[in-house]
Amino acid sequence: MPHIYIDGRLFEAKPGQTIIQVAYENNLNIPHFCWHPELSVAGNCRMCLVEVGFPKRNPDGSIQVDADNRPVINYFPKLQIACATEVSDGMHVRTKSERAIKAQEAVMEFLLINHPLDCPICDEAGQCKLQEYAFKHSRGFSRFDEEKNHKPKRVIWGPNVIFDGERCISCSRCIRFAKEIAKQDVLTFVQRGDRVTIELHPGTSFDNPYSMNVIDICPVGALTSRDFRFKSRVWDMSFNDSICEGCARGCNIKIGVRQNQILRIEPRGNPYVNRYWMCDYGRLHYQYVNENRLTSPMIRIGDKLEKTNWTEAVNSVVERLKPIQPNEIMFVASAKATVESNYLLVKFAKEIIHTKNIDLLEHFDETFGDDFLRCSDKTPNLRGARIVGASSTSHSYRISQLPDLIREGMVKALYVMEDDFDDFPELYELLDEIDLLIVHQYNLNNKLTQKADIVFPAATYAESEGTYVNVDGRVQHFKPALVTRNNLRFMGMKMSRLDKFGAFNDRWSQFEYRDVRQSWEIIQMIANKLGAGWNYRKSEDVFNEIAQHLNEFKGMTYQLLDTHFGVVVGKSKNPDPVVPVYESHYMKPD
Amino acid sequence: MNRIENTEHQRLTFWEKLYLPEIAKGLGITLRQMFKPKFTRQYPEERWEPTGSYRGRPVLVLDEDGERCVACGLCSRVCPALAIEVQAAETEREKERYPEKFEINMLRCIFCGFCEEVCPEEAIVMSKDYELVFTNREDGILGKDKLLVPIHKLQDRLEFLREYK
Ligand code: SF4
Ligand code: SF4
Ligand code: SF4
Ligand code: SF4
Ligand code: FES
Repeated sequence: MPHIYIDGRLFEAKPGQTIIQVAYENNLNIPHFCWHPELSVAGNCRMCLVEVGFPKRNPDGSIQVDADNRPVINYFPKLQIACATEVSDGMHVRTKSERAIKAQEAVMEFLLINHPLDCPICDEAGQCKLQEYAFKHSRGFSRFDEEKNHKPKRVIWGPNVIFDGERCISCSRCIRFAKEIAKQDVLTFVQRGDRVTIELHPGTSFDNPYSMNVIDICPVGALTSRDFRFKSRVWDMSFNDSICEGCARGCNIKIGVRQNQILRIEPRGNPYVNRYWMCDYGRLHYQYVNENRLTSPMIRIGDKLEKTNWTEAVNSVVERLKPIQPNEIMFVASAKATVESNYLLVKFAKEIIHTKNIDLLEHFDETFGDDFLRCSDKTPNLRGARIVGASSTSHSYRISQLPDLIREGMVKALYVMEDDFDDFPELYELLDEIDLLIVHQYNLNNKLTQKADIVFPAATYAESEGTYVNVDGRVQHFKPALVTRNNLRFMGMKMSRLDKFGAFNDRWSQFEYRDVRQSWEIIQMIANKLGAGWNYRKSEDVFNEIAQHLNEFKGMTYQLLDTHFGVVVGKSKNPDPVVPVYESHYMKPD
Repeated sequence: MNRIENTEHQRLTFWEKLYLPEIAKGLGITLRQMFKPKFTRQYPEERWEPTGSYRGRPVLVLDEDGERCVACGLCSRVCPALAIEVQAAETEREKERYPEKFEINMLRCIFCGFCEEVCPEEAIVMSKDYELVFTNREDGILGKDKLLVPIHKLQDRLEFLREYK
């Protein structure tokens, strides 16, 4: 094990590591642009120059010491790049010496010579590595009076990414990402010197399913999202942690929100799930949360759905369930809903309604899955729903039998939680034949909503707290990113500056707090009306009960899940170790 | 012992204590003013034109090629009163973005001039407009139609800024 000294502190390194890796694992930050822990080392930005040296030795091999008995270090006359210099035992590194700082300032000056400095119109401003370093590691003025050179701007690379050649600092992170991670090797540098820019190979388009990750790793604003461009300044959004619900991988994400609308989604590092990446589908799959939402419970009167309040809707459920026998009702749980909601639905069906008829729909799309992140199971929580008993057993009806059961009049009432029959369209026709259809839905324009007798507006993942179990059985906890009327008390202060401090008569604060609730809350209301006497105050109460009753979750708490990047089912005794997560550049909290 | 010294009474001279001569003196001053030139302005017939250093209502500069603002949102960020709301959008112009919506809530604005100071484009400046009357809250929120002012009307302020900012 080599031991090295960085700025006088002793660190233990693994053989073969580079200086920057050792520093980053020990929470030291050596300035850098092109290095990224997941990409190969390019060593082309020269921002990470440091002084490297070894102790001077006497002719007999012993280490020379000075008057204070400290070893005399012989520093190399030239600085070395920390990202490509492997450590060796006894190495001394200085990252903050006068020469190192001078080199950093010089590199910054070179980078800024031709940089357009158009931060006011750049989406990266506020979370830009170049901006940050210009503040920390540069002189703060320019000695360059000549005209800056011009390069192609607003170049469309693919369906989701736009390139601005002038802002690019030629770090090659995007090129390496395309080649090494996305496996679509279509980007390359052309020209040389200050004319260098990036081009696509002729006739190609940067259209791989992971293309938008280059936007995050680009240290400057050279790569922007076609979907997001100019929607908001980064400091006007709140970023709260969540889990992508696009497929069973469950990539960790941050949701950028302003005026209670999702404006963009970014990956959040999780070494055991998605590393630092996510797919474009997951990133762009948020419209249904913003638009066309159900905002209050509804009841069918005649052939129209009328808005009503929660008490009325719950009363109506209880009333209309009365004439229906327990074995005539079927519950459809959901792989899209949280573990907590599924658990409570199962409990409700078994203990309150006394029926075993509970099953869920699978949503598989073989064309979607690949060998990197995307899974063909397009729901976030199929495993979790199964573990808590939300799928059929040999003694109960299966969802595939549903059309026959309805035709034969065996099932007269259907309770569908957070799912629809778009993958099972023949069911839509038969829904007219049943007596009672109760649904928890997100959207008004949903076909099932249109057919339902009683509709409860359900919170989407972005408004919920709960857990999902991903394709590898990892239980991951997430919290809300949007404000609802129900969570206003604790979410209010987690919103962005403007959303937090707007008054009722400010125009920008005229957005709606949707009156949606998480499915388990809705089920609890109905159960209590039927005399269950449940008292779950928050998702955590439900989860703690699950952790007590089910072996798979034994010993898990939200806190444990948060600290260990999620825990694999049944492994709460020995969760995966906590390792550092790299943050290239991000919005600094104010 | 608590004795109060140097009271007003002790400071007065004999003649002042007599009172009447002082009354006459005061009336004399009033009388003198009546024959001096008048300062009163017959507003609104007679209007006051402030100098370039005056900080009236903030406005957006409209120069020959259109509005200068690039919707960077810095004014909105710096505004201590949260008076400014900007929504950016993309244009074909060289500067890529423009404010799709720009609103200043004059009920919030405190005329501090920070927005003008922070603007990288010299696009928002404090005008000489001090007549801000509205009869309801909605009218207090000024949109782009009311904010954009042709540059020739703002010359005084722009010169002042170039000299002193
Ligand atoms: S576009 Fe961005 S990531 Fe790609 S080389 Fe330029 S600066 Fe680096
Ligand atoms: S791979 Fe799946 S979980 Fe990850 S971002 Fe894409 S859709 Fe979301
Ligand atoms: S600071 Fe200037 S350029 Fe930026 S949004 Fe305000 S007025 Fe427009
Ligand atoms: S003058 Fe001050 S208070 Fe008024 S809009 Fe500008 S920054 Fe806000
Ligand atoms: S980070 Fe080392 S050269 Fe770029």
